[in-house]
Amino acid sequence: MPEPLLEVKDLRVHFPTDDGLVKAVDGITFSVAPGETLGIVGESGSGKSVSSLSIMGLITRKQAEISGQALFRGQDLLQLPNEEMREIRGAKISMIFQDPMTSLHPYYKVGVQIAEAIRQHRDVSKKEAFDQAVDMLGKVNIPQPKDRAKQYPHEFSGGMRQRAMIAMALSLNPDLVIADEPTTALDVTVQAQILELIDRLKSEFNAAVIIVTHDLGVVAEYCDNIQVMYAGRIVEFGRTDDIYYRPTHPYTWGLLQSIPRMDELTERLNPITGRPPSLINVPPGCAFNPRCPYTFDRCRTDLPELIPVDGYHADACHLAKADKDRILAEEVLARR
Amino acid sequence: MGRYMIRRTLFGVLVLFVISMMTFLIFMKLPAGDPARRLAGRQPTPETLEQVRINYGLDQPFFTQYWRFAKGLIPLPGFWLDEKVYYSWVNRLPVKAEIADAIKYTGMLTAGAVVLWLLIGIPIGILSALKRRTWADRASMTFALFGVSFPTFWLGYLLIYFFYYRLGWAPPTGVDHGEGVWQTALDGKFILAWITLAVTSAAFYTRVVRGNMLETLSEDYIRTARAKGLTERRVTYKHALRASVTPVVTMLGLDVAGLLAGAVITEQVFVLPGLGAYAIRALEGQNFPPVMAVTLLAALFIVVANLIVDIIYAALDPRVRYN
Repeated sequence: MPEPLLEVKDLRVHFPTDDGLVKAVDGITFSVAPGETLGIVGESGSGKSVSSLSIMGLITRKQAEISGQALFRGQDLLQLPNEEMREIRGAKISMIFQDPMTSLHPYYKVGVQIAEAIRQHRDVSKKEAFDQAVDMLGKVNIPQPKDRAKQYPHEFSGGMRQRAMIAMALSLNPDLVIADEPTTALDVTVQAQILELIDRLKSEFNAAVIIVTHDLGVVAEYCDNIQVMYAGRIVEFGRTDDIYYRPTHPYTWGLLQSIPRMDELTERLNPITGRPPSLINVPPGCAFNPRCPYTFDRCRTDLPELIPVDGYHADACHLAKADKDRILAEEVLARR
Repeated sequence: MGRYMIRRTLFGVLVLFVISMMTFLIFMKLPAGDPARRLAGRQPTPETLEQVRINYGLDQPFFTQYWRFAKGLIPLPGFWLDEKVYYSWVNRLPVKAEIADAIKYTGMLTAGAVVLWLLIGIPIGILSALKRRTWADRASMTFALFGVSFPTFWLGYLLIYFFYYRLGWAPPTGVDHGEGVWQTALDGKFILAWITLAVTSAAFYTRVVRGNMLETLSEDYIRTARAKGLTERRVTYKHALRASVTPVVTMLGLDVAGLLAGAVITEQVFVLPGLGAYAIRALEGQNFPPVMAVTLLAALFIVVANLIVDIIYAALDPRVRYN
């Protein structure tokens, strides 16, 4: 294993609200190596976006109780003074957001918005920054980047805007790009292009990428590793192949079974029954136990730890290895 | 844009035509009495009445009469408030000169009040959004609540009572004879009037700016700006401010037009000889030419302000394009 670029240790983000403490992220530990692509997968409310926003320092201690560590090249981002964090943000770690329709400022030209990011971190003239912005727009395959840079976001299509966001995120050659649901708001045909683009640029710029998504199907091709989150915790973690071909957590099984497949005539999909738990009153024991078809007594009382299944692959589930293998073979893979 | 402007201008002309027609009907044709009878004095002889009708053109057919007045509303030299038609039926003074004089006072009143309320309203609105849920925010919102609730006549008299009558800091109301508008302003006679108008309007602007600012600060593009590593100052005063203050332009245009058209109550309270006061006097005296002139002028202000607001808005918000 190479030296990790980002190491998150026991990150907890709790939001105090009038109804109680919302434990959006409740003790997650993971790391990202340089050049790696990590997929963070989970339903809405599983804490995947909140964890990436806290790493970026976009959720502040004013809004939430944050504990744990997020070591970026050995430096704890959660302890950095605002000013130092600001210098990392956008330059060393940048972010691509979910909705490109609302993520760009409607009053400023696209090129100007990218140039603004460049000028914030580099001592270049307005003209130079703008030229670099045009250059970046070209790199994300926007035709006639010179003219396009002078247009406003509303003159761009959704896919184009997301390209522009990617151009902005990569314009300072960051070490880490966090893409928070980068394709959710886009047409299916555009989704693949955007992921392809992120993948290509990642190698070109030699950056590590975290792709946050609710769609396990989308990220399969591009991720080295995947971690599955549920109710603020990581329930399964492994190489992409582990998650797709040898998943061991019932929640991951559920996610995989709810992906439609092109090569089979399935009458209907198998959704996971029930709803995600309230993050204020998380069920005792394993948070997934009320929805899990394999729950037994221990699941209702003991919180399962994330422990290795084989080598790199780990899960947080009380089921015995033999049972998991059997269920996987007989019920999960058989139905796929 | 060009076609849009032509269409808007034509529509504005139509609006002004309808208003002039209605004003004419209300004053000259509705049963408030025969205008000739009003003009001829008490118990006129039939001969006098007839003479008055002829003198004032009231014997002419309806449209001829209307056209006499309508002509004078065309804003071109030679037509605009032609003194042969537009003179006061009470004191024979030309309406043009009277309006030219009155508009100076109204203009001064409006200009000062607008500057003051923007200087108060916008910064307080921003501050209270940035310091949300602190005492500063609560104090601003209390000010805003009181401000919008104060009627101008009440606040105006209250200010006069304290600052003139009790404390003697402000000069007495009323314009000294022969004193120009600038001298009146230098004498401080506009100050309380400015404050009165400014407080009531600023309160409203404060609320709007605060609301816009809070809404803008939660926008995705503000998060993007932060994610770029911009300083909080730049995020707030460039990205958020521009988007929150732009909508204020719409309000401002119409408010200014409204005030120019006659801050009737404020002018009455502070005894300022502006357009509003002039209109009130003309109405009381059933003095038709000034009423017609002031009404149309007010309508013109509103129509033009709307047009200007639309042009400015399109310049400020690139998403807005007219065609």
